[in-house]
Amino acid sequence: MIKNISNLGDASVYCDFGSDVNEQINSNVICYFNEISKLVETNEINGINNIIPSYNKLIINFDLFLTTFNEVKEKILALDVKNQTKNNFKKIKIAVCCDDEFGLDFNRISKITKLSKEEILNLSLNKEYFCYMTGFIAGMPFLGDINKDIRCNRLETPRLKVPKGSVGITEQFVNIYTFESPGGWNIIGNTPEKIFDNLNSKEPALIKPGDRVSFYQISKEEYLNWNE
Amino acid sequence: MSNTYFEVLRAGVNTTIQDIGRNHMYHLGITISGAIDQRNYVLSNKLVNNSLNEAVIEFAYQGPLLKLKNGSINFCITGDVIFKIIKKDGSIEDGTCYESYTLEDEEQLDIISTKNTAYGYLSVSNGFKLQKIWNSYSINTKANIGPNNGKKYSLKDKILINNQDLALNKKNKINYNESSDNLIRIIKGTNFNYFSKKSQDSFFNNEFSVTKDADRMGIRLTGPKLENIVNTNIKSEGLVRGVIQVPADGNPIIMLSDHGTIGGYPKIGVVISADLDQVGQFTPGSKIRFKEVSLAEAQNIFKAYTIDTNKYLNENN
Repeated sequence: MIKNISNLGDASVYCDFGSDVNEQINSNVICYFNEISKLVETNEINGINNIIPSYNKLIINFDLFLTTFNEVKEKILALDVKNQTKNNFKKIKIAVCCDDEFGLDFNRISKITKLSKEEILNLSLNKEYFCYMTGFIAGMPFLGDINKDIRCNRLETPRLKVPKGSVGITEQFVNIYTFESPGGWNIIGNTPEKIFDNLNSKEPALIKPGDRVSFYQISKEEYLNWNE
Repeated sequence: MSNTYFEVLRAGVNTTIQDIGRNHMYHLGITISGAIDQRNYVLSNKLVNNSLNEAVIEFAYQGPLLKLKNGSINFCITGDVIFKIIKKDGSIEDGTCYESYTLEDEEQLDIISTKNTAYGYLSVSNGFKLQKIWNSYSINTKANIGPNNGKKYSLKDKILINNQDLALNKKNKINYNESSDNLIRIIKGTNFNYFSKKSQDSFFNNEFSVTKDADRMGIRLTGPKLENIVNTNIKSEGLVRGVIQVPADGNPIIMLSDHGTIGGYPKIGVVISADLDQVGQFTPGSKIRFKEVSLAEAQNIFKAYTIDTNKYLNENN
């Protein structure tokens, strides 16, 4: 399943699963992630600091005091990872308010897609998405794939501050800004839900790779009265 | 029970608690954090006889003004830092880095500024009274994780200190000679071939300047524009400390301890582990050059750097 293994600097192994982005390749990445995580927990592999899955790559960062690229690479090549289709994913529904004060980029998306706000919302909300990965900022889920008719590029000039809770689209993906952050995605609404809870030490991230996520619209009144 | 603490009389620019960093959380988007300059971090702990992974205060440029309450402590400051001790009678003692001092109840520690570097470290004997979050004391201000609700310190905050043994006043010091250099060694990145031959050459042959956009997340450089001839975006993938990303504008960015865990810009190179402490200390306006080394060379340079650090750690025994 791994097409190529190389070093990323002197303290990371870079596993390339291919150049496409799809659920099949991504679930291969997640299977390797789960397998290596297990070995770390049971101390069967030494010196691993972080394992970072993404759409089609897996980066394994290690402690250069304890191990080397070749040692970690050999361990990974020796793994016999079978892609078992996971059935234990969660289905999560996320409330989102798409009033213009929250949906900052409807004009821009309309211009690019030639669709009305209602059409954009119909195409983006009424679909179940797959979570490819979480990251960039804590707990931010990268979900896909959105309908081909509403795909657009990142803003030419990214915002310095995207409000916390913003739901954004770009290319084939949807995400949720779990914290205020710089960012260039096209914002269509805002969720009052806590997607990342730094006080929950066991399960801080609501959405995990492999989970299925859908959005439903709420009014501004419901948004303001939202009880977490 | 003693209840010793620092009262913050001036917060400084970016005063946080840091340690070795927070691991095993990248897959959730939680970055490593930790002291930018890991060598100066461990040396500060060693000089007050702490275990090397104890929490310390990291400050940037202008440091904090701290008043000690309810007890006496030993402390040490490492880095390239100007600081003073203000006694109860108002007299002032100039401090020297890499030396331990005793600070008495009600005395003040004025960390005025770093000199030619960005970060300095303050350790106290027996460490700070804090709780680990996900196995680390480090404050991650982007996701509000860690002590002080994950925020940098501000005026009037209290920073609690662990109970002290009575063996104060034992002076520790080392003769630290920072051999700083503007040559940063890198290993070619996974997208090195995205750049034109001319830009590949100018990456190694030209000087780059550190811009004012330099913080714990990363440092942005300017220099010859690096021309991407393949694609200015890649499918977002993991990042680690030291990765040099090049966005569409052609200006490289070096990832430091608070970097985003994934990114979508091509990676032209990765700073070797042995040079990360030095890269993090560059201030705006610094001129730097890049030199390519092989993986084997990087591993050997890291071994030599570790031996050098250990030499300082053992100097005081």
